Amino acid sequence: MTKKQLSDSINNHILTYNKWTNGKKYVFISVIILLFLFLYILSFGTQAFFQQLVNGIQLGSIYALIALGYTMIYGIIKLINFAHGDLFMFGAYISCFLGNYLIAHNFNYPFIIVLIFSMFVTALLGMAIEKIAYKPLRFKPRLAALITALGVSLFLENFFALSPENVPFPLNKIVFGPKYISFPALIVDKTYNIAGVSINNIKILDVVITIILMIALQYIVKKTMVGKAMRAVAFNKDACLMMGININNIISITFGIGISLAAASGTLYALTYGQLQSPYLGIWPGLKAFIAAVLGGIGSIPGAMLGSYVMGISETFATSINSNFGYGIAFVILIVVLVFKPAGLLGKFTKEKV
Amino acid sequence: MKIINKIINLAKEYYKFILITVLFYLLIEILNGTIPIVPRLLTRYYMQILMFALINIIMTVSLNLINGFTGQFSIGHAGFMCIGAYTSAYITTILFKASNMAYFPQLALFLFSLIMGGLVAAFAGYLIGLPTLKLRGDYLAIVTLAFGEVIRSIVRSSDEIAAFINKIGLVKFSETIAKLSGPRGLSTIPALSKFWLVYIICIISVIIMRNFIYSTHGRACLSIRENDVAAETMGIDTTRYKIIAFSLSAFFAGVGGGLFAHVLRFIHPENFSFIKSIDYLIYLYAGGMGSITGSIIAATGLTILPEFLRVINFQQWRMVIYPLFLVILMLRKPDGIFGNREFSFLVPKKKEVN
Repeated sequence: MTKKQLSDSINNHILTYNKWTNGKKYVFISVIILLFLFLYILSFGTQAFFQQLVNGIQLGSIYALIALGYTMIYGIIKLINFAHGDLFMFGAYISCFLGNYLIAHNFNYPFIIVLIFSMFVTALLGMAIEKIAYKPLRFKPRLAALITALGVSLFLENFFALSPENVPFPLNKIVFGPKYISFPALIVDKTYNIAGVSINNIKILDVVITIILMIALQYIVKKTMVGKAMRAVAFNKDACLMMGININNIISITFGIGISLAAASGTLYALTYGQLQSPYLGIWPGLKAFIAAVLGGIGSIPGAMLGSYVMGISETFATSINSNFGYGIAFVILIVVLVFKPAGLLGKFTKEKV
Repeated sequence: MKIINKIINLAKEYYKFILITVLFYLLIEILNGTIPIVPRLLTRYYMQILMFALINIIMTVSLNLINGFTGQFSIGHAGFMCIGAYTSAYITTILFKASNMAYFPQLALFLFSLIMGGLVAAFAGYLIGLPTLKLRGDYLAIVTLAFGEVIRSIVRSSDEIAAFINKIGLVKFSETIAKLSGPRGLSTIPALSKFWLVYIICIISVIIMRNFIYSTHGRACLSIRENDVAAETMGIDTTRYKIIAFSLSAFFAGVGGGLFAHVLRFIHPENFSFIKSIDYLIYLYAGGMGSITGSIIAATGLTILPEFLRVINFQQWRMVIYPLFLVILMLRKPDGIFGNREFSFLVPKKKEVN
């Protein structure tokens, strides 16, 4: 056997070994998940299981809309936009105020108007933030933009939490105040009982709207010229400049789309829970959605959806067992997944070339 | 004679450093009224802010070891701080009643508890260093974040853990764990962190970390930051050095956490959330990555700035001005205040090579 043959055979062995371990790994993981579900059904019953599944899917859709925005923005300018959670909050508040106005004036279909309006306004705010805070740093060290994003996030939270009495005239019309606000009932709550599992129409609406927006997003990214340009900018900015693509516009549009999804999610969140605690409410959903995006493979749109549903469902199941456990489970799942698949569930692992 | 020579050499190397630190200490003690020259200007409130500033210096410089010098992006530093704080508070408050002790045993116990807190945190740092084998960039960042949050949720569920240990049969141990009272917070911690002690520990930690950076090992870490692959080809065991950097950094974060617990005298898992980690990240990047001077100046300045705004009756606006300042700083100086420059007294003289 020559040296070449020997090395080839060793390589073949390694390849087959890798395939074998990969296959085993997936079987192992799915067996563990099934075992957990089985234990859950044994100890809490089938009805509780399906109830939590429904709740999990609903929570997952709220996460998914935020995570899609995260993933799009990360994909195009490689920036973790920490202000995303706060724009989610902004969308929720805007829809709350507009919803109160519309209900007081007896408009038809208030929910649709509120949803579109809050998406539009929040997208404008997001594009303004991009122009002011992120654009000057586009070719500077990447982490400077990250710290700026953190700064913007802190600014939005703390600015909108100022109480209107203590703020001079033009600003006191803008700030929200740190108080608890209840969300107007834009849609009359109807609860259906299917084999002991209670599902209300708002939960169905959440899921339906999420799916519609996801399909719309997929259409924009895959089928239109703008989407093509987005993918091109994400792939190579310099080449885009040579091809006559206006990078600034495309990045602005991406920000607008991503942030309008966050605003839609904010509206759905507020509608589902019927309350807005304070302008700090965006921190944790934003962080969880970011983790979901990483879990699915950041930069990949189907990955963000998958990651969010995994996160939402596992979180509701764990919370139903113990609230502290539910809090930590998202992070534990993330660590486990990233140790086995370092680029997330659907992300591509790029090897560094020298 | 050899020993005397060594001492003289050390004195030659450090005289500027010692001079500056001692003068600064004397200045603060004069203002504090311990040395009666001028009337007392610094109240206990100001002294507490100064102590927090010193602790933040330890934390920021230790974060700089990972983020600035090894080039790994970690955003879960508050988790290590949490471990250190809870370990040392567990030793001084629950295992031994330090408040009933005489002065010197109390001091010795406190130092021991700080070191134990540091060691436990360093072990956690070792554990988190393991996934750095595979992960890079943002994925590593999110795993460190998740790790910090997992630690926090473990502390939060201390009651359940105590119940579990009780079931196993370790009744005494479970009682002490139950006294941590995770979700309610641990109070009645003795106020063992005196200003002089925090000051000395801060200086020693900064010197140790600086010496690490300028040692062979530190140079290896720097080469990993500059280029991972090139460092590997030069025969540097990158994994080992990443783990060393994580453990050392976590050790000092644990010590900082121990000091923090004994200044504040009440710790709660919420104190060590993601938001705290973000604070340290902000101090680090505002000061400049890879600059100890920058970390020290920024940690001091940005700890004092919000409190200063509070003092001059800007209470409402202080958390709005602080992020604005940060955004403007990042837009003007994307490399931070100091970039990677240092004060000359912090850089050891180059030795002549024979």
